[in-house]
Formats: sequence, structure tokens, C-alpha cells
Amino acid sequence: MAFDAHSIAKDFPILDRTIRDGKRLVYLDSGATSQKPNVVIDAESNFYRLSNSAVHRGAHQLAEEATDAYEGARSIVANFLNAEVDEIIFTKGATESLNLVAYAMGNAEPGNRFHLIAGDSIVVTEMEHHANLIPWQQLAARTGATLKWFSVTEEGRLDLSQINTVIDETTKVVALTHQSNVLGTINPLEEITTRAHEVGAVVVLDACQSVPHMPTDVKALNIDFLAFSGHKAVGPTGIGIFWGRAELLAELPPFLTGGSMIENVTMTSATWAPAPRKFEAGVPNMAQAVGLGAALTYLTSIGMENIYRHETELTAYLLAGLADIPNLRVVGPTTTENRGGAVSFTLGDIHPHDLGQYLDSQGIAVRTGHHCAWPLTRKLGVPATTRASLYLYNTTEDLDALIKGVQDAQKYFGR
Amino acid sequence: MQLDNLYQEVILDHYKNPQHKKLNATYDAQVHHVNPSCGDEITLNVTLNGDVVKDVSWDGVGCSISQASVSILTDLLIGKSLTQAQEIADSFMHLMQSKGTEKGDEEILEDAVALAGVSQYPARIKCALLGWMAFKDASVQALAKQV
Repeated sequence: MAFDAHSIAKDFPILDRTIRDGKRLVYLDSGATSQKPNVVIDAESNFYRLSNSAVHRGAHQLAEEATDAYEGARSIVANFLNAEVDEIIFTKGATESLNLVAYAMGNAEPGNRFHLIAGDSIVVTEMEHHANLIPWQQLAARTGATLKWFSVTEEGRLDLSQINTVIDETTKVVALTHQSNVLGTINPLEEITTRAHEVGAVVVLDACQSVPHMPTDVKALNIDFLAFSGHKAVGPTGIGIFWGRAELLAELPPFLTGGSMIENVTMTSATWAPAPRKFEAGVPNMAQAVGLGAALTYLTSIGMENIYRHETELTAYLLAGLADIPNLRVVGPTTTENRGGAVSFTLGDIHPHDLGQYLDSQGIAVRTGHHCAWPLTRKLGVPATTRASLYLYNTTEDLDALIKGVQDAQKYFGR
Repeated sequence: MQLDNLYQEVILDHYKNPQHKKLNATYDAQVHHVNPSCGDEITLNVTLNGDVVKDVSWDGVGCSISQASVSILTDLLIGKSLTQAQEIADSFMHLMQSKGTEKGDEEILEDAVALAGVSQYPARIKCALLGWMAFKDASVQALAKQV
């Protein structure tokens, strides 16, 4: 079946509503959160309607059904990432996933491979979202390890020219984004993972902006840990994934402790269940996990290759359209080579908040500001940008509306 | 268009020609405020003469609403007593929280009534208040130094 964004858009009920006095909703903020298809909304609400019960507890039929649905979702996620089922950990989102791994490393005792001390280093990049920067800043502060980073070039690419000194024998962790949520840049992982593994470091990948948009094979990526959020992948809020290679999850200490994650407990001590349960303390977000399973099944039925191709075509169309607008400057790569569909730009003296407000008056939803990547926008000398971020349900009509909206905004504020 | 309530000419004029947007080298108190959700930043200097606001100067980056609002603030508050300044600030705060139900008292707020439309856009109220919060902070600090 040919890819048809118009018919896909019909699966998303919110895209039918109108904005600001009857304007068609043009939703270009999927990088912040994606919209949800009916199958996801139904899966989540049907869990409450039909199967709601605490998983992994209870001796009744509902508990069995809820557990089956929850563990079934775990299998779907594993297949989606080409991972093993026990390597998939449900969290409440990528922010929690990244904090989980950073805090768990901080809990490691001497002798554990994740134990960090002064003299060790943690490597990040200048294009990280705050969620993949601050947990590492904090871990460095707690352990005495040094935080180092790859800088970003004017073109919005990682500067890997000093890779052998940025990642050196002291490096224990390299944490980076797969695709920048501001620039759209897709980072070259192979060179980085090869160097990281050469010095015995683990690679943590923030895949929030890649997993929803392209095929992902954790084995082929040669990484060690991965995080993404369900709500950016047409799934519910409150559910995210932390993936780690099985042998590493076995050695990584837990982050949150409590119910479900134990093997044995006395008044003074406890031992841990194997992964994934070691990392899932408490009753999890079950309905949301089931919703995420439905979301990934939906995306798979359309085909991640098809979605990636569609977004690449849209990105090329948008970049070409924006290139014709005077005073508009794209912040990030201006071709679709190693680039995804998050397109940030500035527009002369018109501040992004004012542009965003004008676009909103036309029914067009974009994100404005520093996009939770303040060090990056500061480095690039643009305190704020306007960002359009694309997804499977967007069409060239949406982009035409944006381009016209930007041009009209120039007239509006130029008066 | 409803947007015209937000972007009145007065606001765009102040955005293009901001008043007192050059930090005075001497001041009683200097504050730096940011709006962490959007990245707007302002540095604001206040000089008092007794209980009179002798000078307010500032520099910063931000949207037309935040920049125009602080520009209007300087025109309004310089030369006023701290008591008057407080009354004006209270009146402005009240207007911002009015959800579009009030037009603002032009006798008190002068050009600042042009920002009345902001109260209909909850996400933008913090833009309009950035400079006012900075002034409040700086004037308290400046006053404390006098004791």
C-alpha cells in the first residue's frame, strides 16, 4: 500500500479540530509531543475498561490479563528495537530513563564497572537536550568525575576532529543524542561507538527524536543503552523506554527501589530481581505501556522505512520553501543529508515568540524558545528559534501553510 | 483579528525603539532575571534618590511583549516615588491577571494599557511581567542599601 499522509491523518482525531476561530489545525510540533491515533487512545482506555488490575500481583483473572497485556507490550517494544525482551524497561519517559542510568551508575560500588571516581570522565555533546545533559552534570558532581563534550560546528554538526582526546582512557560514559531536537542533525554514531568501546566506555543514546522517525536496530547501532519517550512516538504520555544490553543491565545497580523489583527482603537487607524488574519498582504505568505497544504496532503497520522516507521528502520540501524567504536563517543542516524533520530557524528581528503567536493565529502549531537545549542555542548565538517538527501525518499542504504563515508574519510585524 | 489586541502599535513601536535600553554605569542595584521556559533575559539597573526612582536602565533579549513591557515601565516609573511605583506595578499585575475582562486605567498605566491584550494569552503573561519582576527585585535591593 502506498504511503498516504492524508489517509494516515484521518487516524488522528485531533487533526480534525479547528483552532482560533475555525482555522484548520496545522500541527508542526511533533518533536515536543506527537498526536495519537484512535488505536492508541482505544488501547489505553480499553485497558481501564476491560483489564485494569495491578500487574505481577494478584491471583485473579484480571491480574493475569493485565500482566499479559503489559508483558505483551514489552515484547512489541523489543521487536521494534531488535532487542531482547528482558532488555526492555518501562519508565515514565526518556527523562526518567536517562536519570535512571545516571543515578544507577552513581549507586555502583567500587569494583563495579559503572563505579565512577575523580579522574574518570563522562562525555556528552553541546547539542544535548537538558534531559541528557543535566543528569550527567549531576553524576559528575556527585562522583568527582570530569564532564567533557564534543562541540558543535556552525553547520550544526558534531566536531569530531578531536575525538581521540575528547574520548580517552579516562572515559567511562559517552552520552549523546541520535538526532538533535533543535538542529535535526543525525549524529554519526559508528565513529563514536567504535572509539568509546576502544577505551572501555559505554554509549548511552538519547533516541527521543530518532526511534519515532526511523527504523532502529539496537544491535546494529552498536550502543549500550538507549532511551526514548512513548509520547513522541504516537504513544501515551507517562511511558518511556530504557533499553540496555543484558550483560550490562545485570551489573547496573537499581535506581528506584521498592515493590516488584526485589528477589528477597528482610528487615535489614534486600536482593534484586533480574532485569527488567530490577528497574521497575512499584506498580507501573500499565495502561500507558499497553498504549505504547499499540502505537509501535501502528507505526510498524505503516512501516518505519516509509515514515522516514516521507519525512525526508517533507524536510526537503520545507527547506526549499524556507530558503526563498528573505531574512530567514535555518539553524542546522540545510540539506537532508544525515538530517531529520526538526527544522529550526530565525526570522530577522522578529522574535520567535512573536512569530509563533502569529502562526498560532493561523492555526499553525510550532515550538519556540531554546527547546530545552539552552547551551546549544547560546553557542549558536540564537537565544531562541522557531521550530517546525514533522511526522507521518504531515503533508505538503501543512508546509505550504507554514511558509505562507511565515511570509504573512513578516508583513504583519513589518507594518 | 484577535491578534491585533495583543500586538498594538504602541507595543511594536516600543519594541523597535526601546526606551532606556542601555545600562547606566552607575546604579544602586542591578538584577539579572531570566524566563527559563523561553530563554528571555534581562539585566536591569535601578537608582533611587531617597524614595524616588531616579533612574531605570536595562538590557536584554526577548520577544516584543517582554521588550515593550520593560520599555514602557521605564517611561512610567522614572521620577515616581516608590509608593507610586508600587501602585502602578500592582495595577499592571491586576491587569495582566484579568483574562481579557479589563482594559486598564489609562490614568495610572498610560502606555501600559496597550498590554491589556496579553491577559488573554496565558502563555505570554510571564513575558509581560519579566521586566516588572526585575524592577521589583532591584528596587527592594536598592532600598535595603539605604538603611
